[in-house]
Amino acid sequence: MSGSMESPPAAMTLLPDAPEEGTSLWKDAWNRLRKNHLAVVGGALIATFAAICTIGPWLISSTYQGQDLSLGAAPPSAEHWLGTDVLGRDMFARILYGGRISLAVGLCATFVSLTIGVAWGAVAGFFGGKVDAVMMRAVDILYALPFTIFVILLMVFSDAIAKQYQLGATWNLMILFAAIGAVEWLTMARIVRGQIMALRRQEFIEAAFSLGLRKRRIIMRHMIPNALGPVIVYTTLTIPAVMLLEAFLSFLGLGVQPPMSSWGSLIKEGADKMEEFPWLLIFPGTIFSLTLFSLNFLGDGLRDALDVRASKD
Amino acid sequence: MLRFIATRLLQAVPTLLVLITVTFFMVRFVPGGPFSAEKAVTPEVLRNLEAHYGLNKPLGAQYLDYLGSLLKGDLGPSFKYPNRTVNEIIANKLPVSLELGAWALFVALVLGLTSGVVASLKPNTTLDYIPSSLAMVGICVPTFVLGPLLVLMFAIGLGWFNASGWYGPEDRVLPALTLGGVYAAYIARLTRGGMREILSQDFIRTARAKGASEARVILKHALKGGLLPVVSFLGPALAGIISGSFVIETIFQIPGLGREFVNSAFNRDYTLVTGTVILYAVLIISFNLVVDIAVVWLNPKLRLE
Repeated sequence: MSGSMESPPAAMTLLPDAPEEGTSLWKDAWNRLRKNHLAVVGGALIATFAAICTIGPWLISSTYQGQDLSLGAAPPSAEHWLGTDVLGRDMFARILYGGRISLAVGLCATFVSLTIGVAWGAVAGFFGGKVDAVMMRAVDILYALPFTIFVILLMVFSDAIAKQYQLGATWNLMILFAAIGAVEWLTMARIVRGQIMALRRQEFIEAAFSLGLRKRRIIMRHMIPNALGPVIVYTTLTIPAVMLLEAFLSFLGLGVQPPMSSWGSLIKEGADKMEEFPWLLIFPGTIFSLTLFSLNFLGDGLRDALDVRASKD
Repeated sequence: MLRFIATRLLQAVPTLLVLITVTFFMVRFVPGGPFSAEKAVTPEVLRNLEAHYGLNKPLGAQYLDYLGSLLKGDLGPSFKYPNRTVNEIIANKLPVSLELGAWALFVALVLGLTSGVVASLKPNTTLDYIPSSLAMVGICVPTFVLGPLLVLMFAIGLGWFNASGWYGPEDRVLPALTLGGVYAAYIARLTRGGMREILSQDFIRTARAKGASEARVILKHALKGGLLPVVSFLGPALAGIISGSFVIETIFQIPGLGREFVNSAFNRDYTLVTGTVILYAVLIISFNLVVDIAVVWLNPKLRLE
């Protein structure tokens, strides 16, 4: 550090020459996560799948709807790595495109649930008292409802509207994001509320209050960042839950509609034809299960690394 | 204790009412009535049909009618199956689903508890690693992948079972394994965790010091506390088994209520959809109530409050 540079902030100069750098919470967590092999493998697999599904479709020659009827359902070959389906469509391409949809649903619906859950929990926890009582009672009531059934109803409802007003596949996808996101936020709200309640009693928050900071600023700058650990962990665990729900709906024929496909609808097609063409079930099934595996391991690893207790079970 | 039960019962009422109301109006607002998919009926026939089912009344009146007949336990006529009431259809299909659910729960408890207890007694050995990894597989492989794979292996490949149908006792095996598998995995994990925690406590050491046999320590002392997490999990498990039955009954072509529900949603059989949803909700809510009471009763710390 030469004298020609700007002088360091006053606080820095007061410190003695530190022989070691302090590790921040995040660096500490990262070091712990790196030692967890399952979590690392999981994270790497997810990153790979996501990259292949995002970029892959531009690199391969087959498209997800390109048919070769003369070929029919063919087992894996040099030309079609994962075989073709009954209409002679390349399975590798279909799995890549399906993965895009499945991962997109996973991310977007999780984002919806994250937004609602964090906002709801933060407000309830921050204001406490009656506001908290009313908001959390609502969560309790919703918790008791059979949610999968409710999402099924929502999907049927949206499908009928789409038919009536000639809305396209995008509408269907948006509803899917919204419907799944809207039912998956409850646990997040509970977690965030608990965190915020605990934070409220901490001295640095009292200090912030006595400094006269606005509530909005205290929530945004001081509370939410400190509640981030459990939120990150639970978000990672919500993604596989959401993807599972999407695949479940698509398997029943209520999720992604043809000609689009997700991993769930590919598994459905595969299950219908598995007697003659087992690869149609095995490949999408394996990829989907591996994805869920990886995300769960990554989430568990993050939970240990960030030392989040009792966030889920 | 009685007050606790009474409060919980009272809390169930608004939950149910919210559910009934939302379901009723959502299904009614779906464009395209129940008769729109039929071969084009003449306007007069349509009007007669609507009058017959009370669909020409204002929505509010329909809603009150529905609530009124619900109180009498009457779920109304089915729109898609002429001359059959929703009650009849449910009475016909529910036993099949109940049997499937009971088998699945049986599989889940037997597999989950045994492997969980064994794993907790021998932590970090092969006896722990194998069930724990199997449990992770069970959690991550969804039922709609596991089911077809089991059919592929054991029905089509080895020919031990029928690929679908619901006739002989052997037809129960694959559906119950598929549906119960996931919950066996969760229960194994919860049992292992709960037992590990209890086994490290002082009163267990006391029991051992008294010279109680290992079997007595586990069965008499540890199990009761160690199983608490499992008991609280049974509520969500039942909800999961119900929604799982939609998929399982479709895969194995089992004539139960789950498949009927999915079909009725596609067919827009208003009353059948609402009736089934309400039935499921009542089942889940009352089961959750029983579970909550059991948890409090099993845990002396909570019982005193």
